[in-house]
Amino acid sequence: MSSKVLMKGNEAIAEAAIRCGCRHYFGYPITPQTEIAAYMAKRMPKIGGTFLQAESEIAAINMVYGCASTGRRAMTSSSSPGISLKAEGMSYLAGSDLPALIVNVQRGGPGLGGIQPSQSDYFFMTRGPGHGDFHIIVLAPATVQEMADMTRLAFELGEKYRMPAMLLADGTMGQMMEPVVLPEDTVDPETIPATKPWATTGTQMKRPHNIINSLYLKPDELEKTNYERFERYAKLEKEECRWEEYLMDDAEVCVISVGITARVAKNAIAAARKEGIKVGMIRPITLYPFPKEPIAKAAAKVKSFLTVELNMGQMNEDVKLAIGCSKPVAMCNRVGGMIPSADEVLAAIRKEAK
Amino acid sequence: MTYETIMAGFGGQGLLFSGKVLAHAALIENKELSWLPSYGPEMRGGTCNCSVIVSDEPVGSPIIAHPNVLMVMNEPSLDKFEDTVAPGGTIFVDSALIARKVRRTDVEVVYIPATKMATDMEAKGLANMIILGAIVEKLRCVDPDNVEEALKETISARKAALLDLNLKAVEAGREFIRGEKA
Repeated sequence: MSSKVLMKGNEAIAEAAIRCGCRHYFGYPITPQTEIAAYMAKRMPKIGGTFLQAESEIAAINMVYGCASTGRRAMTSSSSPGISLKAEGMSYLAGSDLPALIVNVQRGGPGLGGIQPSQSDYFFMTRGPGHGDFHIIVLAPATVQEMADMTRLAFELGEKYRMPAMLLADGTMGQMMEPVVLPEDTVDPETIPATKPWATTGTQMKRPHNIINSLYLKPDELEKTNYERFERYAKLEKEECRWEEYLMDDAEVCVISVGITARVAKNAIAAARKEGIKVGMIRPITLYPFPKEPIAKAAAKVKSFLTVELNMGQMNEDVKLAIGCSKPVAMCNRVGGMIPSADEVLAAIRKEAK
Repeated sequence: MTYETIMAGFGGQGLLFSGKVLAHAALIENKELSWLPSYGPEMRGGTCNCSVIVSDEPVGSPIIAHPNVLMVMNEPSLDKFEDTVAPGGTIFVDSALIARKVRRTDVEVVYIPATKMATDMEAKGLANMIILGAIVEKLRCVDPDNVEEALKETISARKAALLDLNLKAVEAGREFIRGEKA
């Protein structure tokens, strides 16, 4: 059995990625995720991997594009303003059907914003972060353990569906330390490209060329690639939604929250339960695909929903869409790097329970 | 029991480190825990703090609204956090650095001249470990012996030579509490 170690969320992502066979990290420093790059800078040279601090975020994501084309597990990480710069690259990765891991440890925005935690890239990440019709897989960890576990999941889902996958965390998750059991180091990085028949691994004169490309000048061909891609998205939406339900059996108020605010909400829910308020939570773990079904099911039972988020109501809209606006969806939020206290969330729960 | 500890003071006083040692000691005991630093420009000479939760139950939010243990190493931190402490909680004040007394009457206060003690024992900069020793001796939130074990595991190779001095500082804090009880 693996033992628990104490790690920052950012470090847990980096170590987990290495243990999942990632040997190529390209990045550019930005608070609050720089520990990922720092960790990779220390570890990669010792295990024959590549750590490369690029000249910019745009360069880093394009290095990921090149590396992912060869079938290797490649990753980059940044925080909100840096992720904006990577949008073009993410669109190219999606247009070329390439799996890769992108980590976004969000900070307050817009613009340069601040460096304190935020969830204000929710729309940007879940709607398709870049030009064109596409999605990336978006996973939202709420513990350091999940940051390690979801690193593996992101690589695996990305490869299964041939699309980029993102860990969408916030500054608190990146900076906090918790005990974590790291994934077993069982993946041999050398064996991964062979599992990808599309990868540009060299033909050895034995097969036709593989070409990685997102340029289609004939509209009918381009249309076909879009349709094909969305068939994969439909399968992903059907089969890969993940969420956690907490005290939902008899709940009359359903809190919806992710990441750090889901943890604050848990404290508030415990306090509300002591007052006799029937409140529970559905915590989406995949943000794309969004777990619409369990939320729609809950709508048949609960009086109202309450989203707790670090933005001006972005996930709130997804909840309304999921339930066809059949129940009220209230919100408890703070922005700009502020986090609602458990007391603030409790007050919002009380209001909904009335 | 859940111990929600905030350690606060100036950047450079080793508050994040003492929190880390406490967290490691809890890990050794297989307790539930979280460690959350303040991060940002305040780390450069301004106020700095970390929140450590040690519990027998899974930790919900790592953000502490009402600490039941507060360790303060400068007056602005006492001003900022005094009113947030849960009734019945314990405040550890470095009385060599903070002239004023705690105003609350519903909390227990330990005044410990840690910075002076550190200077006297030629362990300058280790007031943080002295107060940590006092905290664990008084509250037993973790077994004090595990703090020593945690120090051995936490201290970086670059500073390994300072391990003995750190251990002595922890012991001095424990001794202070034992003397107070006697």
